[in-house]
Amino acid sequence: MINKQISCPEEAISRVKDGDTVAIGGFGGAGSPNILIDTLIERSEAKNLTIVSNNAGENEEGIAALLKAGKVRKIVCSFPRMKNSWVFEELYRKGELELELVPQGNLAERLRARGSGIGAFFTPTGYGTALAEGKEIREIDGVHYVLEYPITVDVALIKAKAADRFGNLIYNKTARNFGPVMAMAADITIVEVSEVMQPGELDPENIVTPGIYVDYFVNI
Amino acid sequence: MNTEEKMALAGRVAADVPEGAYLNLGIGLPTLVANRLGGEDKEVILHTENGVLGRWIDAPEGEQDPDLINAGKVAIKLLPGAAFFHHADSFAMMRGGHLDICVLGAFQVSADGDLANWHTGDPQAIPAVGGAMDLAIGARQVFVMMDHVDREGNPKIVRQLSYPPTGLGCVTRIYTNMGTFEPSPDGSKVKALYIAPELTFEQVQQQTGVEIDFSMLIETLKGY
Repeated sequence: MINKQISCPEEAISRVKDGDTVAIGGFGGAGSPNILIDTLIERSEAKNLTIVSNNAGENEEGIAALLKAGKVRKIVCSFPRMKNSWVFEELYRKGELELELVPQGNLAERLRARGSGIGAFFTPTGYGTALAEGKEIREIDGVHYVLEYPITVDVALIKAKAADRFGNLIYNKTARNFGPVMAMAADITIVEVSEVMQPGELDPENIVTPGIYVDYFVNI
Repeated sequence: MNTEEKMALAGRVAADVPEGAYLNLGIGLPTLVANRLGGEDKEVILHTENGVLGRWIDAPEGEQDPDLINAGKVAIKLLPGAAFFHHADSFAMMRGGHLDICVLGAFQVSADGDLANWHTGDPQAIPAVGGAMDLAIGARQVFVMMDHVDREGNPKIVRQLSYPPTGLGCVTRIYTNMGTFEPSPDGSKVKALYIAPELTFEQVQQQTGVEIDFSMLIETLKGY
């Protein structure tokens, strides 16, 4: 019988290896899979990770805690600099953390591309700016585009509202954000949910992430 | 600008947003436009990059849900008729030309509509870009809302950007405390659509880094 639910997050987090690229969902605090992140900090030996996320964490929780734990070599994100991002700032200024700054739309689309088998795509975003430097440019129908490549993701840690045993997911309001595209992009997708549904309880019409993209979920 | 001036500027921008428009408001000054749109009398659909399309207000104290926030991470309260979607869909809306208007702040705007608003050029600054570049090139019209001059008194409407660009040739209209202006395709001047009544044309020209074409206003004045 198919059942993607696991009882303890450590079971799934053990799949994270040294040097892995880990995509972490969330926009600010909304949708941040804090239990999974805490498990990664406390129960995993994996280090030299590359984190893909919209932000770089605030205060000393979530991604900031992960950075503080010294497990991260590089962060791929669109907006690392928030009011309380002192952990990121200090590590970055000391040269202990590499930053790849990516426009938010490119972050979303590069993840979607990876999940969709797209080899590369042209986007108008960033043309003529510092973030297009060194990249291939093409003019198509009078508009300039920049060539962007998918982001390879080993593991995704995301937060959803509810799952059924097939891994079908629904999310909660703006906590959805990157979850669905990270679920598609990653080789291994681990989800924290707050509700487990019986098969059929979730209307097929309204499922946001079909279970094909999900490997493990834990009810927190 | 003081608060009163900011609200007046927001009102001027809001007046140019038609009913039924799909509108994205950047963080900072542009958020003030939401309060001046006209409530139930003029329905405008807001878009926020982190995955909501619809109508909303800032969530009152006690009704703030950390899972329901806007791009500025401020808690919102939805009116009926909203939709949630994920980030790839959100940016598809932005990049695919579906948003009618976005209102953005700026460090500088050039005479041919180049926008600089994501980086000060300071090599010590921590870079952060968010959705600024996607919005700048994706929205059908980009309204910039900003002070006419910076803190040191330098013009922010310039011949050519000296700050790192966010997008090229993307600005449709510039709203400042001194007036409303339109870039020109050849970048030789900006056209004045409105000048604050307490100012002379000369005063405004002195604080602008490129020639202003006042002809449209002069024509209008001739009618009196």
